[in-house]
Amino acid sequence: AGLPETRTDTAMSELVPEPRPKPAVPMKPVSINSNLLGYIGIDTIIEQMRKKTMKTGFDFNIMVVGQSGLGKSTLVNTLFKSQVSRKATSWNREEKIPKTVEIKAIGHVIEEGGVKMKLTVIDTPGFGDQINNENCHSWEPIEKYINEQYEKFLKEEVNIARKKRIPDTRVHCCLYFISPTGHSLRPLDVEFMKHLSKVVNIIPVIAKADTMTLEEKSEFKQRVRKELEVNGIEFYPQKEFDEDLEDKTENDKIRQESMPFAVVGSDKEYQVNGKRVLGRKTPWGIIEVENLNHCEFALLRDFVIRTHLQDLKEVTHNIHYETYRAKRLNDNGGLPPGEGLLGTVLPPVPATPCPTAE
Amino acid sequence: MAATDIARQVGEGCRTLSLAGHVGFDSLPDQLVNKSISQGFCFNILCVGETGLGKSTLMDTLFNTKFEGEPATHTQPGVQLRSTRYDLQESNVRLKLTIVSTVGFGDQINKEDSYKPIVEFIDAQFEAYLQEELKIRRVLHTYHDSRIHACLYFIAPTGHSLKSLDLVTMKKLDSKVNIIPIIAKSDAISKSELTKFKIKITSELVSNGVQIYQFPTDDESVAEINGTMNGHLPFAVIGSTEELKIGNKMMKARQYPWGTVQVENEAHCDFVKLREMLIRVNMEDLREQTHTRHYELYRRCKLEEMGFKDTDPDSKPFSLQETYEAKRNEFLGELQKKEEEMRQMFVQRVKEKEAELKEAEKELHEKFDRLKKLHQDEKKKLEDKKKSLDDEVNAFKQRKAAAELLQSQGSQAGGSQTLKRDKEKK
Repeated sequence: AGLPETRTDTAMSELVPEPRPKPAVPMKPVSINSNLLGYIGIDTIIEQMRKKTMKTGFDFNIMVVGQSGLGKSTLVNTLFKSQVSRKATSWNREEKIPKTVEIKAIGHVIEEGGVKMKLTVIDTPGFGDQINNENCHSWEPIEKYINEQYEKFLKEEVNIARKKRIPDTRVHCCLYFISPTGHSLRPLDVEFMKHLSKVVNIIPVIAKADTMTLEEKSEFKQRVRKELEVNGIEFYPQKEFDEDLEDKTENDKIRQESMPFAVVGSDKEYQVNGKRVLGRKTPWGIIEVENLNHCEFALLRDFVIRTHLQDLKEVTHNIHYETYRAKRLNDNGGLPPGEGLLGTVLPPVPATPCPTAE
Repeated sequence: MAATDIARQVGEGCRTLSLAGHVGFDSLPDQLVNKSISQGFCFNILCVGETGLGKSTLMDTLFNTKFEGEPATHTQPGVQLRSTRYDLQESNVRLKLTIVSTVGFGDQINKEDSYKPIVEFIDAQFEAYLQEELKIRRVLHTYHDSRIHACLYFIAPTGHSLKSLDLVTMKKLDSKVNIIPIIAKSDAISKSELTKFKIKITSELVSNGVQIYQFPTDDESVAEINGTMNGHLPFAVIGSTEELKIGNKMMKARQYPWGTVQVENEAHCDFVKLREMLIRVNMEDLREQTHTRHYELYRRCKLEEMGFKDTDPDSKPFSLQETYEAKRNEFLGELQKKEEEMRQMFVQRVKEKEAELKEAEKELHEKFDRLKKLHQDEKKKLEDKKKSLDDEVNAFKQRKAAAELLQSQGSQAGGSQTLKRDKEKK
């Protein structure tokens, strides 16, 4: 017991050296402790990787879907603290209501802390506004757009001489705005999310949450969660893609307690308690957007941007895109999975959007 | 995208916006890196060099462990590659390291084909990755990357120049892998000879058009150090796993009667430079170059070899569908031809079998006829015999009948006599 503990190599696998503390200056071994002389420097790869990614920059494509007037543009502007989305001007009664959903993609470059991001916001004006909201008027154009982006990427990927970095226009995240009726989901909501949760990451949000009291909000959220479950809608983060226990516990908490986020958006600043905050001014008080007691905007922002942004991209690339690709390549002849691309044929692009996986 | 790409996009109508507050996506590189940490990194080194140049020892020294394996002999019949995988960990970074070493390189009398197994091995790793990439159901994000990221070419410390085997091999490898030439066992060369040797080597490489790996100088933070290091190539290294006490520190060194060579002393050898460049500064760049340059080149050549094209001679882009339709029709045509052939062969076989069976049938008929005839002959013979037997029996019966008649006549007469005699007796 009084003997100093000697580090024996037989106590652990010969091939896994004990993790050494990273020295402050890795270049010159200075300490008398012979352990440090054994420092190889493998962990510097993190720094190398970080530098490289900062140089190349990131793409992020976010789509917002919901009926007019739910505050989509305002929310996106609040999320990214800039005018990335131009608010739809109220349309003239004389202008015709568009027959189908329009897809408008606008890209911006934003930079923060040395990180450059090309952000593309895809707006879907006209969704849910028609009298007849069946397929061809509502979600088919959106599904078509999403599949077109996968198709574009696939075409680039199968080229013989490929670009060093294939431009990524695929939709990484789709924010679906639920109207705060307080009752339940609308049939249109259910239909849309059912179809699209299979091709894209859907994050449902309850818009204009300042119209509900705390109890109403909590009940509504529970009801919405129940309905989503009953209809088999797997919203992001999907249960089946949790990689390890850590992910699962973290994501379970988000899925079962926080989502769908009840948010309020605003791009106006007001003075509250000596600080300038983003908020909405009403006769009965100022709703602070970033105050967790008032609404869950901060949770949504942290979730989408600060913790899960990379994961959104990865799920899109590794799962949704791969599903699309596999279907595309299998579409003709039902070749067994695992067969190579060479020796088979890419069928011509179907006129109608690809059928979603059952 | 590089700054030029972003600038182009800005020109394309993409505005650069300024942010009114802290959004938080500056944590993006961390998010990305964290994912990689949980998955671990792959790094594969190929050591090419003659037997006995200290390849294994250098790897032991670089990675500070004792890798398994006994030294190879000089009597290998051909060049082989020995590959071993190790999992190392430092702080929270896991490295899946694979070290591939040539065995028997330079030992043969005829070294013309020595480079071939090495090239084949490198190509095989590219091929495996390509196959995975082309699969319909693929799992690229968990694929264990076995492609060679760095090739350490060990040059023998002759002090004169490169051997022709070295030049030939490096020339074959330079378009397939990042080559980092190093002078092995450099404690055999004195300082002055070393400078001359390095100059000679670099000039020979240049004059033979061998492309060795250049440390990248486009990133300002490392441009300076990489630039200087590029000038120190090839690195003169010494490897040793023995630790000796020098002063009051334990150091890796080699002890000679005339002094001690310290491995980590930059005045003694370039080991520290090699470790810096290979691991601490450019490991990620080596991986990237392998993927974006060498692998893409391999892929392009391979696909073109198989007949796929992006544009036709008039440089109008071929529609992907057309290329694939053509390939498919060709393939189907071949299949049909094969089917026809097989059908023909089948018909032929059937005919042959039929003929055989007919022959057999004929034979059987003949046999049957023969037997029948035999049968009849036998029957006739028997009947004849029977007839003659019957005749004899008849004749016998007649004679018997006649004899009986005679007897009965005689006995009547004799009977009456007997009766008379009997009467007389009485």
